[in-house]
Order: sequence, then C-alpha cells, then structure tokens
Amino acid sequence: MSASAIVSILFDGLAYAMVLFIISVGLSITMGLMGFVNLAHGAFAMAGGYLVVTLTRSWGVPFLPSLLIAGVVVGAASIPFERLLYSRLYKATELDQVLLTIGLAFMAIASYTYFYGPAPLTVPLPSFLTGQIDIGVRTVPTYRAFTIVVGAVLIALLWYGFERTNIGAKIRAAVDNRRMAQSVGINVDRLFTLTFALGSGLAAFGGGLAIQTFGLTPSFAVLYLVFFLIIVSVGGLGSLKGTLIASILLGVFDIGGKYLYSDAGGFFIYVFTVLVLLIKPAGLYGRE
Amino acid sequence: MTAALQVEKLNRSFGALPVTRDVDLTLERGARHALIGPNGAGKTTLVNLITGVLKPHSGRVLLNGQDITSTSQTERARRGLARTFQINQLFRGLTVLENIVMAIGERDGENNNLWRPAGAKPSVIEEALDHLESLRLVDDALKLIRELPYGRQRLVEIAIALAQKPRVLLLDEPAAGVPSSESHLILDVVAALDPDIAVLIIEHDMDVVFRFAKEITVLVQGAVFTHGTPEQIMKDEQVRAVYLGEEGHKAGERSHG
Amino acid sequence: MAASETQTPATPANAAATSSARARAADFIVKRHYLQWWEALPWVLIIAAYFIFPDRMTFGTQVLIGIMFALSLDLILGYAGIVTLGHALFFGIGAYTVALLTARWGWGEPISSMLIAIVLSAVAGLITGWFLLRYRGLTLLMLTLAAAILVQEAGNYRSDITGGYDGVPGMEIGKLFGIFENDLYGRNYYIYVGVLLFIVWYVLRRIVYSPYGAALTGIRENVRRMYAIGSPVHRRLVTAYTIAAGIAGMAGALFAQSTAYATLGVFDFDNSAKVMVMLILGGTGRLYGAFIGATVYLVLEDDLSKLSPTFWQFGIGLLLVLTVLFARRGLLGLIEDALKYIRRGAKS
Repeated sequence: MSASAIVSILFDGLAYAMVLFIISVGLSITMGLMGFVNLAHGAFAMAGGYLVVTLTRSWGVPFLPSLLIAGVVVGAASIPFERLLYSRLYKATELDQVLLTIGLAFMAIASYTYFYGPAPLTVPLPSFLTGQIDIGVRTVPTYRAFTIVVGAVLIALLWYGFERTNIGAKIRAAVDNRRMAQSVGINVDRLFTLTFALGSGLAAFGGGLAIQTFGLTPSFAVLYLVFFLIIVSVGGLGSLKGTLIASILLGVFDIGGKYLYSDAGGFFIYVFTVLVLLIKPAGLYGRE
Repeated sequence: MTAALQVEKLNRSFGALPVTRDVDLTLERGARHALIGPNGAGKTTLVNLITGVLKPHSGRVLLNGQDITSTSQTERARRGLARTFQINQLFRGLTVLENIVMAIGERDGENNNLWRPAGAKPSVIEEALDHLESLRLVDDALKLIRELPYGRQRLVEIAIALAQKPRVLLLDEPAAGVPSSESHLILDVVAALDPDIAVLIIEHDMDVVFRFAKEITVLVQGAVFTHGTPEQIMKDEQVRAVYLGEEGHKAGERSHG
Repeated sequence: MAASETQTPATPANAAATSSARARAADFIVKRHYLQWWEALPWVLIIAAYFIFPDRMTFGTQVLIGIMFALSLDLILGYAGIVTLGHALFFGIGAYTVALLTARWGWGEPISSMLIAIVLSAVAGLITGWFLLRYRGLTLLMLTLAAAILVQEAGNYRSDITGGYDGVPGMEIGKLFGIFENDLYGRNYYIYVGVLLFIVWYVLRRIVYSPYGAALTGIRENVRRMYAIGSPVHRRLVTAYTIAAGIAGMAGALFAQSTAYATLGVFDFDNSAKVMVMLILGGTGRLYGAFIGATVYLVLEDDLSKLSPTFWQFGIGLLLVLTVLFARRGLLGLIEDALKYIRRGAKS
C-alpha cells in the first residue's frame, strides 16, 4: 500500500470521523448522564440536515450560517421533546426507552418522507468549499478539509467547555455519580435538559455537514444510527475522549476496510465493536 | 472443629479508598454473632465479600473449612450460605408462597425441570407452607409481595433465606425499615432460629444486639476495631467513645443488669 | 406493647384455620397450569380463519409464522427479561439453512430441512448466548445487533453462494410427505404451519409453567435475589436463548419454505425491530400477547402499507409511542383491564 494511499485513507477517514463525532458526541454525553437509550438521536441529525436544505434552497441562506441556524433551532425544538416525552421514561426500563425512541424515529422518517420525498437531497455549497485543496502531500477535496477543521474547532470548544467551565464540571460530576451530584445540590434535571438540547443541536449541525459526506434521505435517521451507537458504546458513555477516539477508529477502519477489501470492508467495524465490547463492556473510556 | 465460616485477612478497596482492611472473623457452628459499627464502616461490604457479590483483593473466605474465595455467589449459596439484604430483594410480582418455592426449587434442583408443571411436586409445596407456618405467614401465602406491609415483606425476606436450609445465615439489618410496632415479629423469628445455623447479624439497634448476640465484632472504617462478648464490648471505653454513646450504654445495662 | 394480630395462640380452631389456608394455597399452585377455557380461543380463530378466509391462506400462513417468531421472542424478552436487538439472526439462519439446502445441495424435503434448520439456529443461539449473555444493557444490545449484521455482511461477501440481497436462486421446496405441495392458495401450508405452531405453543406453555419457567420469571423480576439463592443464572438464560433461537429458526425455515424465497433482508435490524414491536403491541410475558400482537400487526401492515407505506410507518411509530406511554402491557393488558372493569361493574 503506497504512502499516498495511506494518507488518503487517514485523511478521508478523519473527515468521515469528524462528522460522525459531531453527531455522536451529544448521544454519548446524554446517555452517560441520564442512562437513557435514545435511538431517535439520528432523527435529530436528520432534522438538521433537512432544515439546512430548506434554508439554503428555499430561503437563500448561505450554507455556513444555515448550519448554525439548524443547530440552534433543532436544539431548541428538542427541549419540549425532552420535557414532555423523554423525562417520563428516565426511570423506565431500557426496553421501554428503546421502543419509545424507535417509535419516534419511525414517525420522523415517515414525516420527512411525506414532506421531502424519499429521494436523496443535496445542498448548494459555497464555491470556496467545492473543488480541491493542496495540503502538501497531495490534493484533497476542500469539503473534507473543511470538515476536519470544523471538527477540530468543535473539539477544542467542547473540551474547553467540559474541562474549564462550571457547567462542564457539573456535567462531568453528574455523569460520574448522579446521586452524589444531586446530593451536593446540582440540579440534574435541568442539567440534562441543557445537555440534551446541546447534544441535539450538535447532532443537527453535524447532520447539515453530513449531507455532503453521507447524502440525505429520510432513512438517514436509522441508516447511520448503528454507527452512532457503535461510537458511543465503543468509546464509552459520557466520555468526550472516548467518543473522539471511537469516531476516528470507525472512520479510518471503515474507509480503510472498504479501500482494501471492497466487498468485505464493512465487516471490520462490527468485528472491532464485538471485540472491544467483549473485553471492555463499558467501552474504551466508559465507567464500569 | 472447623468453623462454619472463617474470614481471614480480607481486603478490598474501591479505587484508592480501602473499604475492608485485614478483616478476620470466625463463626462457629450455632454462632450468634453481631457485626456493629458506625455508618459507612463497611459492614454490608463485608457481607458482600463473604457472599461473593464482591471479590476481595486479598484474603480468604472459608465455608466449613473449604476455601470459597474464588467461587461464585451462586456456588456459595448452594454450599449453604444464605443472606438477607438491607433492602428487601423479593419477587414483588409473585405471591409469598411462590417466593419461598423459588428458593426451594433452586436448592433441590427442581428448577432444572423444564417439563413438569411447577405445582406437581407436593413435597416442595408442603415444605414451603411449613416455612410459612413457622413464620405465621400462611394467611398471606397467596398475597403478592407488593401487597404486603413492609414488616411482613421483611419476614418473607428471612423466610426465603431459611428456605435455602443454610448452614450460615447472614442477616443485614433485618429490622431496618420496619415500623417499631412490627419489629418484634422480626426479632422473635431471629431469636427462634435453628441453633445449628451459624448466624451473623448486622444491626444498629443495641437492644437487639445485646439480646441476641453471644459475640460481637465492631467494625470501624473497614477494619476490626475490637471483638468480644457483649459484656466486654459494653464495658469497653473506646467502643463507647467511637460508637455506642449513652444510648448503647443504657441498653447494655438494661440487658445485663 | 399491644398483642400483634399474628400472635394467635394455638387452639384447635386456629389449627383448622391454618390448615384450610394451607390447602387453599397449595391448591392455587397445583392448579395454576390448568388450561383455561379462553386458551382455546386462538385455536378456534385459527381454524375458523381457514374456512372464513379460504383465499387469504397464503397471508394466513405468514401470520402463523409471525406468531411463532413472536413466541420465540417472548420466551427471552417476556419471561427472561433479556433485551436484544438481533433476534432476526436466528430467523435468518433458519431461512438460509432451508434455502441453501435446496438451492446448493438439492435437498428440498421440507420436514427434514426444517429440523436441520432448528438444530442449526439452536446451536447458534447456544454459542452466541453463552458468550453474550454475560452482558446487559447497551452492551448486550450492541453485541446482538453486531452479531446479526456480521452474519448478514458475511452473507453479502459470499453473495455468490447466498444470492445476496436479491435472494437465493433456484429454491425448489419439495412436497410435504411427498404428497402435498404449496398450492396457489396456500391452504396446505396453512395447515402444516398451524400444526407446527400448535406443537411450539404446547412446548412453550409447558416450559413457562414448569419450575424452570418460574426461575426465568425470577431472573427477570430480581436477578440479585436469584444469585443469592444459588440459581445458575447464566445457564438458565443460555438455555432459554437456545430454545428461543431454535423456534425462531423454525419460523425462518417455514418462511423460506412457504415463500420459496430467502434474501439477506431476513437478517435486517428491521426484522428484529418488527418482531419486538409485534410482541410489545400484543403484550409480553403471557404467550398470548404473541398471538394477538403478530396478528394485529401483520393484518394492519397488509392492509395499510399497501395504501401508503409512509402512513403505515408513521402509524406504527405512533402506536409504539402510545403503547409504551399508556398501554405498557399491550393489547392483552388492555383486554385484561377491560374485563376487570366489567367484572367490577357487574358486581355492583
């Protein structure tokens, strides 16, 4: 395998990983915080994607602001879901949570199919994001470089938010030991609403980014759900680092696998997932 | 004669925090041994280590002379070690009778049977009813656990452990959560336990401890602070300072004049 | 201290009261497994359907297969309380065993193929269960999901053998007992599957009413207590999983035989989700929920999804959400509640 091929795989894998990370990080933190299995998370990402399409195509909003708007709008819209629906099931069995959120995902897919049709949609990119860019060793699609840059910025922001702010400390404490956090006066319920909104907003932002990377159809909500679930379970619930590393591994393995063994490529991620979970059931950076 | 239960230099930490430190404990056959100590002393942790819910970092547990340190919780129960939990762990959606039958079924291998109807072995049902009768629970036999008052549920918790026909019985605060109007039910049962069974009881209520125990181990911050007969413990200045306080002193004087 | 109500002196009157209470209690346990009259209803309906809807028997056979699949899930989900996302794995193994036996090795005899399919799926259940049932929660969900996808991907990799997502080519199902073949209206197969479903139901019913079945319920209700009384929990769970896998494989085999068709889609997460939805709709842990849930789901799907697949999907999603929030014990639970309400009304 040539050096150029390795660079390609790493670069493309990383770009892929960044989109996955942005979408999955919210799922990891909310699952780690509340122990709530949310299989509708992909639907929030999808909602972001479709909102970006509408904003750019029907309202003429440029791509980058659309991403931000989609993130904020979906994040805000997720709050009533959390308050009215999800919060009723925090103490419920995992089965109930799985079923409720699968049901929501189905409703979302059907709704978007009805309003947008089943065909894949694209988004008009600003000219500086199209084409290729020279990163030294070779030229790569500009969009992919863009994804990596966005990802890096978000990672820095999230890291800062988690490690350096008061809110971040509260979230980490509550993920660590919810009961103890409550007993020292942290309002875990409000914290969760905030985290849920943030996670859904990020997912929507990522969904907008993903249009160019994965394509957008109403099935997006469940098609890529498996990947998000793999990332959060392999990475470890509630861990920023875990989500990042799992995303990178998934991205690189998937791209690499498909490049080297085109037919059997998809195989690797699942084998990898099984191996990690058998040995470390709580994930690489999860708490037992 | 081999002790019914022997704990040797048991050690366990949670991360950097040691919760059980070099604990030694011996239960002879027919023992009536109380484990007392302030909250957070590690009493329930010790029971969890003895029953196999937790694995120690070092030390040994011997049941009737056999080293069970690396055997599973299930296996230890099968070899005659039974326990009650501080908060009832019962089958709340099943009847009282079915709860007892469950324990008997596991003990005598009935639960390995996939084909015969559950009610087909009369001896199992009769034995279950005998257990219920000795605890005066027969009238509640067909009531669901969740329909019973907490005190009665606590009795079922003990009944289930007894149905295992244990040689060693660990009772974790059997009267905890029971309203004082009903606690004598529990205490009568504890007082009437088979003299052959070695019993370890975790308790806070000094009345119970001095009435029931022939031997007391005081646990403080995961280590054995001291151990001896009730008279010795009651007179021990350091124990009083650390734990008993005035209340315990008075209780001790009441029990032993 | 006031005398407690249980400190009754032992008089002959009290001894008599106790012994009658004992007799009542023993009676309850002994008679628990007796057949109730309404348990004949599903069979009455199944037989009646043969005569009332003679030209929908092909669909009827699929409903019976759906019931069988849902029953297999009820054993592990409803009774043992194990939540997985990959039950379709065993359905798929059953279907592909039959498909490959005929397409690749020319063995089309239906009954023996089905038996082989049951054995293979049960073995798959035994192996995966032994490894995976040490885990719970999200970990188990992901492991079972991944296992099903892995087999599916393997099948895709060797689509030269499996026909991939287009289906196994050249399936020729032999005649039942050398005489009966699947006619255009599916009547023979309806009877064939119906008889098999009866056998499955009978076997499962015995299992859930046995002491082992009680132990499964115990594991579901309070696994901590089960460990403490010496129950070999893992072994019990693997046993249930193996049996459930075998039955699911049987359903898959019958599916392949009745449709003469098998594609890798049988392993889809969609299929695992579908059988879970069917069971939840009907009601878990009571066996009959599988009958109600599978029938209602498949009938609605057959009628509504033809009108509009989108509305069908939305409807199922909504139904699922409403069931979890308001009718957690499913249709069977609603029926039970209604009957309780009527009985109370009749008393007053």
